[in-house]
Amino acid sequence: MSEFLQLFFSGLTVGAVYALVALGFTLIYNASDVVNFAQGEFVMLGGMVTVFASAAGIPLPVAALIAVSVAVAVGLLLYWLAIAPARGASAVSIIIITIGASILLKGAAQIAFDKQFHRLPAFSGDAPIDVLGASIQSQSFWVLGGTATAVLILYVFLEKTLVGKAVLATSASRLAARLVGINTATIMALAFGGSAAIGAIAGILVTPITLTSYDVGTMMALKGFAAAMLGGMGNPLGAVVGGLLLGLLETLGAGYVSSTYKDGFAFVMILVILFAMPQGLLGRRTVDRV
Amino acid sequence: MPDLNQFNRRAARCLLGFSILGLAICGPAYAAETIKIGSVLSVTGPASFLGDPEEKTLKLYVDKINAVGGVAGKKIELVVYDDGGDANKARTFATRLVEDDKVSAMVGGSTTGTTMAMIPVFEEAKVPFISLAGAIEVVDPVRQYVFKTPHTDKMACEKIFENLKLRTFTKIAMISGTDGFGTSMRAQCLKVAGNYGIQVVADETYGPRDTDMTAQLTKIKNTAGIQAVVNPGFGQGPAIVTRNYAQLGMSATPLYESHGVASKSFIELAGSAADGVRLPAAALLVGDKLPDTDPQKKIVVDYKQTYEASAKQPVSTFGGHAYDGLFILVDAMKRANSADSGKVRDEIEKTKGFVGTGGIVTMSPTDHLGLDLSAFRMLEIKGGDWTLIQPGS
Repeated sequence: MSEFLQLFFSGLTVGAVYALVALGFTLIYNASDVVNFAQGEFVMLGGMVTVFASAAGIPLPVAALIAVSVAVAVGLLLYWLAIAPARGASAVSIIIITIGASILLKGAAQIAFDKQFHRLPAFSGDAPIDVLGASIQSQSFWVLGGTATAVLILYVFLEKTLVGKAVLATSASRLAARLVGINTATIMALAFGGSAAIGAIAGILVTPITLTSYDVGTMMALKGFAAAMLGGMGNPLGAVVGGLLLGLLETLGAGYVSSTYKDGFAFVMILVILFAMPQGLLGRRTVDRV
Repeated sequence: MPDLNQFNRRAARCLLGFSILGLAICGPAYAAETIKIGSVLSVTGPASFLGDPEEKTLKLYVDKINAVGGVAGKKIELVVYDDGGDANKARTFATRLVEDDKVSAMVGGSTTGTTMAMIPVFEEAKVPFISLAGAIEVVDPVRQYVFKTPHTDKMACEKIFENLKLRTFTKIAMISGTDGFGTSMRAQCLKVAGNYGIQVVADETYGPRDTDMTAQLTKIKNTAGIQAVVNPGFGQGPAIVTRNYAQLGMSATPLYESHGVASKSFIELAGSAADGVRLPAAALLVGDKLPDTDPQKKIVVDYKQTYEASAKQPVSTFGGHAYDGLFILVDAMKRANSADSGKVRDEIEKTKGFVGTGGIVTMSPTDHLGLDLSAFRMLEIKGGDWTLIQPGS
């Protein structure tokens, strides 16, 4: 039992990070139909900026705030400089633009920071916590709690605020949203900024566990994208479920099947699920976006 | 003063040549005065962490050797090309070194990939090639003109197993990275484990970009009878393994890391979890901690100081490999009193008791590496720093 709990909690922690990245994908996809492959770079920026700011003597909470601000600024710039000018282009072209942005950000980080791995101290000490025989890093609870909070805030924002409703309206139909007086350009900028903030928060929360470097973003984006697909692209709840499930599949696969085929096991499961349910677990039925 | 006379005569001839025939006479006269040593290194690109210190080391020490008169009465002319980590480019540059620059010998080849691509060129041209690459394939099987200086991952395995045997451990677990370094070392470890009476009862792996290894470690923890865990890996993976290891409360079972993490950044990344971890490493890392009686102490401390003063960056074992390669070659040229490729090759093979940064080198016709296990020191991390373990512990 303790072995299962150990694997379960490890999987949840890894999965919570995937879920946050998947949420970022979802938010931008909803507002603009763009799959933003630079999402992983926001995670990298969150971690790296926090590491370097706190190394410069800035207290951790302030450093984290700076990191989120930097990521948001980069997200907005990405939208204004690269995505907005290509508004008329096809989805594939825009996806290619985001991949280019991802490479650019990675290269810039390599020059602005360095090529080394870095760590942050765990927020509440390094001592592991014992839960029914499984020892869990205290930081895991920060990651799980942080993810839950982010999901909750996003949910309240989308469902209970006017601006949130405007985002949903834009995602439903950009033309109709514009007709009722919603400034869709602002909404899309908001989505990029918000998704950058979510990514940066994921990066900050997870750095004490996973370490960070200029190139952690690619793998994060890949796993986050898989999680978003698994849960159903465009559904925030699906992103969370997909992320957690992917994390659990990986960890249980490594623990009970074989660590060599850990990723293979997880991805084969995703394929099976997507064959059976092409929309993903919680995906919308195909809607004709006109 | 025959030397001065000779110099004057040559200078006079040179001046004469200059006035009558331009540089034509000067050129060859100058060329005869130097020994050309070639080098193809990965100074830029993904392997620049290897090639950069290697290039700095070669240039630094060639200047030093020339400042005290060079080798066998001749100055060394160093020809360096940067392959950017690309094996195809390396081969092209190797051909250029042999055919255009007509070098007497070559010290270089930062990676196993570039080295293997260049070997045929030097073998065919019968020019000695001292490689700086890690893999054992470079000198196994032995090739007539190919030598290397860095220790191999097989030796790292043997060093770890030697220590395990000393502690009478027979059942171990391995958790290896699936990158090139981890895969190669895992294979070598599995191959030699039997020689030390060691049984690998759990054999787990992790991806080079994995962020959590608790699943694999939980599996190891729940395997009965494991007395020690060995982690062949490179980069950040071993740091996460070490942290997860402490998190799961497994620290009572000794953990061995590889020489791949023998840098200060590993201790920083793993934090207090690194305490008690053992690993094999080159003497260069612990130069100041070696006892004064250690034959390598003077060399490694000198090299570290010289390099750090000149390059303004911390010393690495990679630059040390270039230092060893250069001086094995220079010593061979001194003994041969010639730059003739064939004679130099024979003398390199006769290298005996050469004290370098990587160990004490004694080559033979069947061993073109010449290092034994004493090249590695077994270290233990204590209080955030390396310590040499007590002999017999």
